[in-house]
Amino acid sequence: MSLNTEALPKSQEVTASPEAAPQPWEPRIVGFACNWCTYAGADLAGLSRLQYPPSIRLIRVPCSGRVNPQFVIRAFQRGADGVLVAGCHPGDCHYSTGNYFTRRRFLLMQRLLEYMGMDPRRFQARWISGSEGPKFQQVVTQMTEDIKALGPNRKMRDVE
Amino acid sequence: MRRTGVFVCHCGSNIAGTVDVERVAKEAAKFPNVVFATDYKYMCSEPGQQVIKDAIKEHNLDRVVVASCSPRMHEPTFRRCLESAGMNPYLFEMANIREHCSWVHPDKEKGTIKSIDLVRKAAAKVVKDEPLQKSSIGITKRALVIGGGIAGIQVALDIADAGFPVTIVEKEPTIGGRMAQIDKTFPTLDCSACILTPKMVDASQHPNIEILSYSEVEKVEGYVGNFDITIRKKARSVDMSKCTGCGTCWEKCPTKVDSEFDMQLGKRKAIYTPFPQAVPNKPVIDRVNCTKFRTGKCGICQKVCPTGAVDYEQQDELITEKYGAIVVATGFNQFDHSVYGEYGYGKYPDVITGLHFERLINASGPTMGKIKRPSDHKIPETVVFIKCVGSRDEAKGKSYCSRTCCMYTAKHATLVHEKIPGSKSYIFYMDVRTPGKGYEEFYKRTAEEYEAQYIRGRVSKVYQKGDKLVVRGEDSLIGRPVEIEADMVVLANAMVAREDAGDLARTLGISYDKDNFFTEAHPKLRPVETHTAGVFLAGACQGPKDIPDSVAQAGAAASKAIGLLSKTQMESDAIVSNVDESRCSGCMICKGICPYKAIDAKLITERVGGKMAERQVAAVNKSLCQGCGACTVACRAGCLNLLGFTNEQILAEVEAVCL
Repeated sequence: MSLNTEALPKSQEVTASPEAAPQPWEPRIVGFACNWCTYAGADLAGLSRLQYPPSIRLIRVPCSGRVNPQFVIRAFQRGADGVLVAGCHPGDCHYSTGNYFTRRRFLLMQRLLEYMGMDPRRFQARWISGSEGPKFQQVVTQMTEDIKALGPNRKMRDVE
Repeated sequence: MRRTGVFVCHCGSNIAGTVDVERVAKEAAKFPNVVFATDYKYMCSEPGQQVIKDAIKEHNLDRVVVASCSPRMHEPTFRRCLESAGMNPYLFEMANIREHCSWVHPDKEKGTIKSIDLVRKAAAKVVKDEPLQKSSIGITKRALVIGGGIAGIQVALDIADAGFPVTIVEKEPTIGGRMAQIDKTFPTLDCSACILTPKMVDASQHPNIEILSYSEVEKVEGYVGNFDITIRKKARSVDMSKCTGCGTCWEKCPTKVDSEFDMQLGKRKAIYTPFPQAVPNKPVIDRVNCTKFRTGKCGICQKVCPTGAVDYEQQDELITEKYGAIVVATGFNQFDHSVYGEYGYGKYPDVITGLHFERLINASGPTMGKIKRPSDHKIPETVVFIKCVGSRDEAKGKSYCSRTCCMYTAKHATLVHEKIPGSKSYIFYMDVRTPGKGYEEFYKRTAEEYEAQYIRGRVSKVYQKGDKLVVRGEDSLIGRPVEIEADMVVLANAMVAREDAGDLARTLGISYDKDNFFTEAHPKLRPVETHTAGVFLAGACQGPKDIPDSVAQAGAAASKAIGLLSKTQMESDAIVSNVDESRCSGCMICKGICPYKAIDAKLITERVGGKMAERQVAAVNKSLCQGCGACTVACRAGCLNLLGFTNEQILAEVEAVCL
């Protein structure tokens, strides 16, 4: 199921528009957002024009409980500097219990990553409801800063 | 090789203002499997959609990506657009470059790069999209109403009037519920029974309504449109088909028991109907208290029954029926205020609750409508009402406001003034909340014309002094302690959920809140639906409500049920879980995880080594599955996948954004 990565243009190449000055390193965060709360919260952040660093790329999933640990590992393997899994507040899950699974999996995953030598701060889970645009902004801003301090993820990046 | 078309929207200047849309389209054209990319001012507009349709035809596209606003906004629009162009609507992905990019990242260069990433992500996913089909399911055109109070009766009447058969399941021997116990209703002071009993009779005589009283829902299987519901008809010990309701049995019955309907203030017999206007007006035998059942001797009721309807051998009966929709209207209970020891309830018989007071003022109640103290049957001259007993008190009770107490306490004070000349009412309150039509006026009238004295503050202690009850509290407006010598104290208990609400919720597969009230699907926009399709809510089982609100919600729930039942077939979403049977080991871990009971085991026959063998695998019921994907992660073999959000699709997205 791996993609033919050769065929895809790398974003670094895309960045290299001739007049642009060399950009300082920006972390790359992969965010998994549940459709009902966090994705809506991110939409609300947009509607309210709340600015945050352009470091995050959100992947929409129906429920945070849909996030397979495999997805997280793959993101780190492919060079993501941080991964955020975000869903509804516990008790508010659109599917009533999905985020409880997320919570348990997250704790286990974070310990696994720590065991593997990753800084656990690179992997975060947050509860952001559809009405919490400001919280989404704050979480992304904070996480970007934290990861900037940690530097790029070299630990799990595929051997190039 | 797929033929993907990418369409980048300017959204006027909303996107184009901070994202170089032309560059996004130009970069997108270089992505693998992309054969066409363009940008347009308003993609969602009529001409914008035409651009997509034309391109599908011209470039023979088989996948479409639109980079514009949030899919929560326009995904359905573009899906319809694909459909009208003859494509499967699920071969489509959106890149959200407005809410998640142009509106939040003012830096044009960075925003453009992020937009390109988001489009690359969508283009990587869309390649792995498969055409999906919505499935359709048949609908049983019958409704079940659980609870026969005012809300349940109203729901049943409304659904039955629309032409669908309805069954009311009521656990008490009669329908009527709490409203039957109430004497008068605020703010009009019309008699509760006078407006309720005609409705009870309407329900019992309606050709489309079947009433199963003294029955409870035992088991619920199936799903929206096709529920298989097992109902336990508790043994009445009376043959309903023979009984005429003549009343000879309960007249002759020698055993007297405290009446639950009269809040233990009056007596009933061991064979009884809860109140004279009961529907059905046929008795049940209370087997716990009946002498025949306790000692084997007696049997008078059987001897006197002219039709031979009394049957001591009768057993509980289980029936299973098919229904298309369920409306839950199980109502509320009174808060158990024994935690407020300082109010002396249980210790002093003249400290009673609002519902006791309703029975005392009711003309057919134990005192024939005369307000008398339970202890010595004296007519009280001073009555103290204490509000918010259990409501708005997180320390001892519930955090919420019970909504009805302010009004019924005002009503009680009015009635005390009307029925006992020269009497005086004092009302201890925290706030007076009167948010209904005519409510504020009613409260004003109580305080001004009926001279009820409102005292803002909490009561700290109630104690006996002679034959008086001394109520000690604080008037927080003047900041002084007050002491009132009262003849009777009436507590306005909170409305709480039924003690078995949690069990019923689990049976039905619906959710309930911290206070055991059933949870609606959306607090504002879907107030009568639950998260379980086909199950609706009416009345106080969803939260404290007065009669007008319960009736209004009942009408709403009925119209939702009618909307469902009026269809012959209903479509279910195509985004559902899917089992790869060849890899499924049949461990059934997924079954326990599914919140919708959508997964069940099934047996498949397959050829193994030239022989036919049977094997257990998981099967997803596509009508029940809501597409959350919880099972997919739990599946050890990785054979469960969520269509539209498959592992392969999400991994493709991860890879695309990590490049």
